[in-house]
Amino acid sequence: MFYREAGQFKTSYEADQQVFPILQDRIGVAIILGVAIFIVPFVANDFFLSAIAIPFLILALATIGLNVLTGYAGQLSLGTGGFMGVGAYACYKLTTLFPDVSIVVHILLSGFAAAAVGMVFGLPSLRIKGLYLAVTTLAAQFFLEWCFIRIPWLYNYNASGAIEVPGRQILGTMVTGASAGSVPRYFTVLAIVILLTVLVKNLLRGRIGRQWMMIRDMDIAAELMGVRPLYAKLSAFAVSSYLCGVAGAMFVFFYLGAAEPSAFSITLSFQILFMAILGGLGSLVGCFFGAAFIWALPIILRAGPPMIGIPIAAETAFHITSMIIGALIVTFLILEPHGLARLWQIGKEKLRVWPFPYA
Amino acid sequence: MNRHVDPRQALPQPDGIATGEVLLDVRNVSLRFGGVKAITDISFDIRKGEIRAIIGPNGAGKTSMLNVINGFYTPQEGSIVFRGKERKKIAPYEAAASGIARTFQNVALFKGMSTLDNIMAGRTLAMHRNFFWQLIYYGPALREEIANRRKVEEIIDFLEIQHIRKVPVGRLPYGLQKRVELGRALAAEPALLLLDEPMAGMNLEEKEDMSRFILDVNSQFGTTIALIEHDMGVVMDISDRVVVLDYGRKIGDGTPEEVKSSQEVIDAYLGVSH
Repeated sequence: MFYREAGQFKTSYEADQQVFPILQDRIGVAIILGVAIFIVPFVANDFFLSAIAIPFLILALATIGLNVLTGYAGQLSLGTGGFMGVGAYACYKLTTLFPDVSIVVHILLSGFAAAAVGMVFGLPSLRIKGLYLAVTTLAAQFFLEWCFIRIPWLYNYNASGAIEVPGRQILGTMVTGASAGSVPRYFTVLAIVILLTVLVKNLLRGRIGRQWMMIRDMDIAAELMGVRPLYAKLSAFAVSSYLCGVAGAMFVFFYLGAAEPSAFSITLSFQILFMAILGGLGSLVGCFFGAAFIWALPIILRAGPPMIGIPIAAETAFHITSMIIGALIVTFLILEPHGLARLWQIGKEKLRVWPFPYA
Repeated sequence: MNRHVDPRQALPQPDGIATGEVLLDVRNVSLRFGGVKAITDISFDIRKGEIRAIIGPNGAGKTSMLNVINGFYTPQEGSIVFRGKERKKIAPYEAAASGIARTFQNVALFKGMSTLDNIMAGRTLAMHRNFFWQLIYYGPALREEIANRRKVEEIIDFLEIQHIRKVPVGRLPYGLQKRVELGRALAAEPALLLLDEPMAGMNLEEKEDMSRFILDVNSQFGTTIALIEHDMGVVMDISDRVVVLDYGRKIGDGTPEEVKSSQEVIDAYLGVSH
């Protein structure tokens, strides 16, 4: 009833090319941002921020990274976990090499290390496609994991083989390390995620994003329109790995606090892939849906039943989660390959013409 | 790359070839796939401003010929002179940059993108803002986007597809998809437009529409067109000159009347008892 675009006329191409051309959408986004910035950090408890909100935002960013590559540029990747690890280890090395530089700078720079590695492992995409490419990215995953274990320089020859996050401040507030509170960490993560999401959206709606989608949909025709496959594919790998790298660095610095190589195993790659598929390939909002869903489901299953008086063992909750996620992925692949984002879109279209079935 | 350029200036420049002079010259081209000869020693030319039809029975090598012209295939022998420049090997994106656009026999649109984005995709070569400006989006990148959008909207008006501007092309009926594909090729403002069976699978009305668009493109924009078509009525009506292929060889070349009355062409189409 309230979701009507009647009377909202566009008088310029500029107005027509906005990210949210409908006024109600703009209001909705403003409300969500307002809640995320002004309400969540002050109302939510420490558990919600540390265990749900922060990892959700970080994983959503990693999902955006994978979605750029798989959903927009059509290059299947199973190396997400590895690329996130590159970001994390790069950030760790940067903090030890340049302890005086701001942690935010380190986080944003560490993405470039991941981007460089991603481009190298993206080279096979010039020759091979689909499943075969997925296998080469799988090789990247295992190779990178091997590096995290076997190259002691990466973890500063630490006896435990793990990286431990040093304490760092922004504007006099601790944001990393053991003594950092959840609110400053939340704000830092939120700021970086919002910034990068906006930048990615800009790329996607311009020439470069269009070139990625051209390569995805019909690479032969794309080449004939003047797209150079080398640039298009490698830039997709670079941007994707950059985002994954930043997400990986934040994952360790703002969420885990310390990480062993196993944190960036193939399991993480699959988890991000599930988020991208369930959320919707080729959709930015879907990344947030997918990340929220897959991250929150186990927590809800673990915390929900005891709240209503049903005792459930942690082990059981874990198994049920796996089963539900597995079933959901199969269901989505069959019924709605474009994921939650598509459902969201259908819902909005229905709402626009409500109470009529179609316009 | 960073200068602010009018998108149109960045496109292939006028080449000083007057209407009626040779724009593209195919010289003794032979193409083999292993032992299979797809094209054998074919020569013909396309003059600026004309509509040139390439016809022939199935498997005659027509599509292979187009693929050679826009760089998908590299011929083993012979060469191609386009706008006075001779080339043997060229990548498809280089062919595009030199001013050749085409449509495909089986519609090769970007299925996940809207009509508007598909035709904007045709403007790829006219857009130059680098990565940094694309990240910022507002400012130069947006100005470039809108300048090109304006051009694309002209093509949308021309092809009468305003109503499907925002519809993902995968949802469009076949006839409209063909029209969008023509729009995408036109968006590149090509010097030479290759159309591979633009009317395949269309009904009479759609064929008439498409013929009208092809003739309009030719007369309004002065675009040189080479088309492959099986509908002889259409070919004879709209083309200035026709080249006939059969089994990878050229068996006829000339005006529609000349070709129609050539015994060799009639034999190829109707079969002949030996």
